[in-house]
Amino acid sequence: MAEPVIHLENISKQYRIGLLQERPDTLRDVLTTGVKRASRLFNRRAESNAEGSSHIWALKNISFDVEHGQVLGIIGRNGAGKSTLLKILSRVTDPTTGYGEIRGRVGSLLEVGTGFHPELSGRENIYLNGAILGMRREEIDRKFDEIVDFSEVGKFIDTPVKRFSSGMYLRLAFAVAAHLEPEILVVDEVLAVGDAEFQRKCLGKMSDVAQEGRTVLFVSHNMSAILRLTQETIVLDQGKIVMRGPTSEAVDHYLNMGLTKQGERFWDQEGYILQGAPFVPVALRVLNPAGEVVDTVNAMEGFSIELVYQLTKEISGLRVGIYMLTTRGEFVFTSFDTDDQQMFEKHTTRGPGRYISRCKIPPNLMNEGRYVLGVNASVYRIQRFFQDDKALTFNVDATGAPGTQWPEQRLGQIRPKLAWSIGKVER
Amino acid sequence: MTFLRPAKGWLQLNLRELWRYRELIYFLTWRDIKVRYKQAVLGIAWAVLQPILTVLIFTVIFGVLLKTPSQDLPYPLFAFSALLPWQLFATALQRSSVSLVGNANLITKIYFPRLAIPLSTVFAALVDFLVSFLVLLGVMIYYRHWPGLNTLWLPLIMLFALLTALAVGLWLSALNVKYRDVQHMVPFIIQVWMYASPIVYPIEIIPEGTWRLLYGLNPMVGVIQGFRWALLGTEPPNLTMLISVGVVVILLVSGLYYFRRMEKTFADIV
Repeated sequence: MAEPVIHLENISKQYRIGLLQERPDTLRDVLTTGVKRASRLFNRRAESNAEGSSHIWALKNISFDVEHGQVLGIIGRNGAGKSTLLKILSRVTDPTTGYGEIRGRVGSLLEVGTGFHPELSGRENIYLNGAILGMRREEIDRKFDEIVDFSEVGKFIDTPVKRFSSGMYLRLAFAVAAHLEPEILVVDEVLAVGDAEFQRKCLGKMSDVAQEGRTVLFVSHNMSAILRLTQETIVLDQGKIVMRGPTSEAVDHYLNMGLTKQGERFWDQEGYILQGAPFVPVALRVLNPAGEVVDTVNAMEGFSIELVYQLTKEISGLRVGIYMLTTRGEFVFTSFDTDDQQMFEKHTTRGPGRYISRCKIPPNLMNEGRYVLGVNASVYRIQRFFQDDKALTFNVDATGAPGTQWPEQRLGQIRPKLAWSIGKVER
Repeated sequence: MTFLRPAKGWLQLNLRELWRYRELIYFLTWRDIKVRYKQAVLGIAWAVLQPILTVLIFTVIFGVLLKTPSQDLPYPLFAFSALLPWQLFATALQRSSVSLVGNANLITKIYFPRLAIPLSTVFAALVDFLVSFLVLLGVMIYYRHWPGLNTLWLPLIMLFALLTALAVGLWLSALNVKYRDVQHMVPFIIQVWMYASPIVYPIEIIPEGTWRLLYGLNPMVGVIQGFRWALLGTEPPNLTMLISVGVVVILLVSGLYYFRRMEKTFADIV
């Protein structure tokens, strides 16, 4: 009985790059490919380009098992292979190599509204969509009233759905998908559409399904939803599983991925200059008290953050600042170089040239952990010149900070040294 | 239990799975019919009007003006009896060639046997056919032409017509996923094919012997010949028809093979 519900062995999927684009083949393409091949003989660079990169692996050697009743999160950047994985699991497309087994019906909320026909009425679309999703007719008959109730379209049920508001349309579509009752439910970014109320409903339905003991695969960019709904998560990057573990660890790992780690970040200035940007970011650094660029700073010593930038023309009222965030995206603080009124008056106008804005983080402020720095350069309420929410990450080491004689993890992002007094007030 | 594996060249037909999805085929057919005549004042009456108007034109041009021989039958009856299976074929061809591309949103998101799509378009064409068949019965009554025992063969001939439409439809629908040129070619194919079939003229116009047999390579020759024979008692099926049947069998088997081979990649390239 301990057989996994989903069992994947070395599943890989290869795409020809041209196929990922929308452009369909035509006979003419087939004919002209021959001509192109011939011309490549005269152009070595084009050849190496075309041969080397004309195929990509959207997924490479994916193996994992999912147990019955498990709620598994899948996260990864755009293009990491999440959608391809779901397509393979729902049998829309076949793997190029590898083998897999699935026990039970796979239903998915990524198909919300698929197969809805605008000319047909709500009632007709419920039947059509239900059949497309794999429901039997008597099953739809049985659930029909429930679906209509859930969708709240009520008396419009016999109106062509092309006359529905987009909200009604979405609710009806979701209602059908939500009543599918598959053994394995796949949810992909549905939460990105619809209003807050609709999203709440989706999440509610998902946790219902999970509580009924069915298996759920949840794909999302919404880290808080992933954290709330799943215990275990897979992180995909460039078609590979880079990590599988408890969701909180996986989310941390994901958020740290691809960020520079040496305590320094450089921007490609040329690009900004070519765009004619007035504000050109150059570098962002974390410095220890000795002025060295470091990835890890000590909380007890304090540290500095400096942003180097270039102005290509004069800007009035500019403020350049940083955000400090946790790796989960929660803000710790925001600070600008002209927060102080005197500083603002002194630097109201900054002419063209290269600048450094540097701030000191006082000793005994930050708790240990990994932090993300964001950068913002703007004129309040007028224009934002530059923003990067994930410019740099760095570590804070709490050795020697208040309370470190107890090797416990202190909650919270700050770990201030506070002046305590202890007095005896009663015998 | 479902297995995920790389697509192989030749997979068995998996008719059992297709049967499990029969309700989907039903609903897709139903959708096609329903949507086709939505927001049209005359609605399903178009299924009747189209062949009537066509027969009218044929009768005037080929029957009255050109005095085309019509196997001793009233020309309208002669033309109508061929036009019915022809329209079944032409409609199925036209619709199925774009069917997969038209349902791309389904194909890229949901798994179901892909055969359901061209099948349902052919079935939808069959419904039009049945409606206009009633009109043909009316025309037969008008000319007091009573069908004989041959009529018992009609279901078989109909199946033949249906399989012919399906065979060509499978090829075109699968080809069109990859080469959109197909959908632009289909109107011309249909036009040429129509004049290459004995619709406005009798099969006797083609010289007997080798030419007649070569003519049978067009499967619609066999279909129309059989249809006229079953309903109106014209010249019975012969070697020409046998050739047509053979061609359809080849087209159907190869069409299924090609379709099954391509269907695994539909979602990736459509």
